[in-house]
This record gives sequence, C-alpha cells and structure tokens, in this order.
Amino acid sequence: MGVLLLIISAITFLIFYALPSTDPAQLRAGRSGSPELIASIRHNLGLDKPIYVQYYRYVKGIVLHFDFGFSYQTDAPVRQQIVDRLPATISLTVGAVILWLTLAFPVGIVSAVKRRSLVDRAAMGGALLAISAPVYWLGLVALYLFSNDIGQFKIFDGAGTYVPISQNVGTWFSSLLLPWMVLAASFAAFYARLLRSSLTEVLHEDYIRTARAKGLSERTVILRHGVRAAILPLVTVLGLDIGILLGGAILTESVFNIPGIGRLAYDAIKASDYATIQGTVLFGAFFIIVANLIVDIAYAVVDPRVRY
Amino acid sequence: MTGEPLLSVEDLAVRFDTEDGVVHAVDGISYTVDRGQVLGLVGESGSGKSVSSMSLMGLTAGRRTTIEGRVMFEGRDLLTLPGSEVRAIRGGAISMIFQDPLSSLHPFYTIGRQLIEGVRAHQDGVSKKAARERAIEMLGLVGIPDPRGRVDAYPHEFSGGMRQRVMIAMALVNEPKLLIADEPTTALDVTVQAQILALIKRLNEELDMAVILITHDLGVVAEIADEVAVMYAGRIVEQAKPEALFEAPEHPYTWGLLRSIPRLDTPRDQELVPVAGRPPSLINRPSGCHFHTRCPYVREAHRRIDPPLEPVALGQEDHVVRCLLPHETRLELWRSLESGADAAAAGRAAGTEVTEIKA
Repeated sequence: MGVLLLIISAITFLIFYALPSTDPAQLRAGRSGSPELIASIRHNLGLDKPIYVQYYRYVKGIVLHFDFGFSYQTDAPVRQQIVDRLPATISLTVGAVILWLTLAFPVGIVSAVKRRSLVDRAAMGGALLAISAPVYWLGLVALYLFSNDIGQFKIFDGAGTYVPISQNVGTWFSSLLLPWMVLAASFAAFYARLLRSSLTEVLHEDYIRTARAKGLSERTVILRHGVRAAILPLVTVLGLDIGILLGGAILTESVFNIPGIGRLAYDAIKASDYATIQGTVLFGAFFIIVANLIVDIAYAVVDPRVRY
Repeated sequence: MTGEPLLSVEDLAVRFDTEDGVVHAVDGISYTVDRGQVLGLVGESGSGKSVSSMSLMGLTAGRRTTIEGRVMFEGRDLLTLPGSEVRAIRGGAISMIFQDPLSSLHPFYTIGRQLIEGVRAHQDGVSKKAARERAIEMLGLVGIPDPRGRVDAYPHEFSGGMRQRVMIAMALVNEPKLLIADEPTTALDVTVQAQILALIKRLNEELDMAVILITHDLGVVAEIADEVAVMYAGRIVEQAKPEALFEAPEHPYTWGLLRSIPRLDTPRDQELVPVAGRPPSLINRPSGCHFHTRCPYVREAHRRIDPPLEPVALGQEDHVVRCLLPHETRLELWRSLESGADAAAAGRAAGTEVTEIKA
C-alpha cells in the first residue's frame, strides 16, 4: 500500500511539476510581480531546487510528519484543508450510498423477478436514462427547480448551500437531499441493473431450485437464497465507488457548492495550487486503496469459499 | 398394496411456449407409485423424465408453461392445489434430490443452516435447537461421519458423494412419503454411485419411503427399482417390472438402451451399439410412432399411426409397450439382438423388413 501511494505521488508530482504549465510562483506574485519577487517566492516554495530534491522533501514531510505541505494559494496546511473538507464529502458520500442502495435493491429485485414485464421494462428504461444523464446537467436542473434562491419549488430548506451537521442537523439533511439524489441517480440505476442481471443469473442456479423444492416461500427463496448470492458483484463496485467518492465527487460538489474534497481539488486545479492538488490526489488514492482492501475482506465475509 | 396408490399421475402433459415454437416436453404420461415402491423413470436427455417429475411439484411453473392432467397425491390434485398447499407438500411429504449436489446446495450457507431451514419451513414451532438436532440426526442417518462436527461446514468442504448425502439428508428431514431422485448418481464416480444407490434403497426400506428414480442409466434402475418406465420424446414407451424389462423388452428403443450399456452376461467381444439417429425435436415431433425416425424395423404404416400404450400380450397387463410391431416379431427380434446379432441380422431372423438408420 505504501509503495502504491509512493508511485502515485511520484506520478502526480511529475505531471504537475515537470510538465509545462503556469509557473505557480508567477501566479502568486500576481500580474505585476517583479522578477525579484517571483524569484523569492520560488525560493520560499522550494521551487528553485531540482525536482528530485523537491520530491524528496515532499515525501519526507508526509512520512515523518504527515505533512502535505502548504497551499500555494492560501498558505493553509494542505492536511488541515483536507481534514476540514472531509465532513462534507463524507456526508455527501454516505447519504448518497444509502439512498442509491435503498433504491437499487427493490428495483433490481423486482426487475429480476418480473423479468420482461412492464415493470421491468419501465424500471430498466428509467435506469438507462438515469445512467445517461450527466451529473452536472441533472444537478443544474435540480438547482433550477428546487434551489433556495433561484428555484421554482423551494421545498428543500437550504438547497443549493451546505450546512454542516454540527450546525443544524435538520438543515444539513435538507440541504444535502438534492445532491444526494443527483449523485445517487446514476449509481442507483447502475446498481439496479447490476443486481438485476446478477440475480437473474442466480435465480437459474440449481440451489434456487433446491430452495423451492424444500417448500420455502418464494419470498424466502428470492431474498434469502437469491439476493444473498447475487450481491457479490455489487460488493466489489460498491467498495470502489465509496472509495472514489470519498476522494471527492468533483462534479456534484462543484454544482451544489459543497465544500468537500472534490470542490477543494477543483479550486486547486483552477488556481494551479499544486500542493493542494497533490494532497487531494494522494488522499483519493488512499481511499481507493483502503476501499480495495475492505472489498477483499468483505468478499471473504460474504462468500465462505474465499479464504486468504 | 391395498387401497389407492400414494401417487397417481394421469395424462400429465407439460408444454413450454418458446420463441421457436411449442415444446412438448411431456406428452400425456400416466403412472402410479405405491407406498414404499421404487419407480425408475429411464430415458435419454430431453425425453421429459426430469420435467415430468419436477412438474409434479410445480417446479416448472412459469408464464410460458402449460401443465395439464392430474397428479393425485393422497387424494389431492397437486396441479390444482393453491400455491401455499403445494409448498407445504414440497419438501414435506414429497422431496427431491438433484443431479449435481454441489450446485444444488447454496454455496454461502452451512449445510446445517440449509437443513434447519427445511425443518422449520414445514414444522411450525420447532426451536432452532431441535431443528439442529434433527439435522445432525439426519446427517448421521445418511452416513456422514461425525455429523455433529460437520454440521457447520460449508458445501464446498465436502466431497461429491458426501454432498449428495447431505442433499439426501436435506430431503429426509421432514420424513417424506415420496422421494424424487433426479439423476442422483450421474455426477458421482462409480464407487460413490453404488454407495448412494445403496443408501437410497436402505432408506426406502427402512422408512417405507416411495422413490421415483430418474436416470438415463438402466444399470442403476436394475439395482433398486420395483417398476421401470422407459420414456421417449415425452412419453412412456414401455413399462414393466425390471425382470420383465431386462428379460424380454419389447420396445425397439428399450433394446437400443439395453444394447448400449455393457453387461456382464453378454459375450465380451459383443460391441456396444448406440441408439442410431438423434432424439427428435419436441417442437416438430415425428408423425405416427415418435420413434419411427430411429427405428430399424419401421414400416410404412408406422409413420402414420401413433401406437397406444398397450399390454404386450393378453395376460401380461403389467408389461405395457407403445409399438406397432406384432408381439411375436418383437420377441424374435430381441432374441437375436440379445445374442449379439445386429439389426439387419435380427430382422432377417424374424422375417421382417429392416431400414438402415443414419447416425
């Protein structure tokens, strides 16, 4: 895991430092910055050192002090920035995950059981739409309809803003409802389709026939025997999706103005704030790696045949 | 046996509506099973043997399936019973075991859990603990060593033969009166096959449990069946006691089956002869006798006339066959075939025309 993170950090480092783009020192000095000012900024940031020295310092900071450097833009420690932004991202992710799973399961199960019925076709058609709709478009439509300032139907308190949970749980919830729904839409659709195909396959298995032959109710057969086996592929994608989202849902956070890690990364990219970008990338990678690990563990829990 | 049979299947027909047409999987079969009796249903794949028995339990039901006829079990017609009552019988008074014991057991649950589930589905108010004891008892009964220690193991931790024993234990938890065994030994190796058959026979005798044994293997049937029905293209083409069926089979298809398996009582150098030709399509079934496309002794009329299932001769009501050849001709043909003659030679000996069947 450490090795993987090291490689990722090296690659992002190379991309942002070595490839030609705006000089961060120049950016900070402003339009009228004198060459002396730029040079001094370069020196302060350590940009005048060779790249391997810069990289060595960066990695050393992380390993020894868990220090990700300072934002070029705000001078705030990157670590602090990310930690500050984490609650918003976690709120968004957890809510969306719960929402899309509660949507996907019933839809996927009903579609699989009533395959080729009207319900199934309608559900899968809707799912296709939801998957195809880009998040930013869906988000803007949602804002246009429901946001607190420009919305046509102002039914969600605080929609279009973000209220931390520590401030007001009720408003936190209602302000996040829209982003949850927008973020969950495509995921719910994808998961419903995945569950449908997986469950359809499972329902043809011999052990489902056995369960029926035992005289179990159809409900027990499908839920306890069918779904239990059909969730395996969902576990994999769910783990990775959560990992990815914890690393920042850039589009959703940007559209809904949620101060999460995705938004942080977006702003950092706009400002060529390399240290912050680097930090968010590493964090994202960290979450994905951890998610992978958890998926592997979850696999062993779900499927007793898997042993490590 | 006194009184009415345990199970009486009357004119059972099962059709599947597919995109290519209607599949006549089972086409009007009738048989009875008495208490404690073992009925062997024999036939090649696609002859309708599995479908017919799964239909008894409503396991083939679907939007595109039509099931006709009557299936009387203890005075009730299983085909018209409401779903909840059929469910109570499924796994209760009638239980099933299947061909592949690994894929038939749920891979994610311990065998104990799967057995307990079966007990509790049929016996209200049984505590988990009592059900578990029952499960352990059954595992012991079917010959699983150390059942108490193995009850919490997963199916993949058992060998093939042990898995089939687990399946049988699962089928027995509710003391069924009828066990439907669908190719129970096909996926097992030969030595294990014999053990499983012996187990089924023992349980049949000890528990007075009737068995429908579905198989393509006449050897299996010979060992334990009290009655054998040979199926072809969704119908029973010959039915008799095993002694009669093996001594004096009268249907050309049965001859084919018998000549395609090795036997100890025939000369060693006698070749095994597969049944020529291919099984007929169940969508566009052959006219007349359904076997005529593969029968070397076919005559013109056989292509038009569909033979009924009739006693082979007067006074032999318990041996029925669906064949248009005269009884005497059939006997002579089999006598020659049994002694190693090929179809052409047998035909000459019996003085009947022989048509060559292309494989």
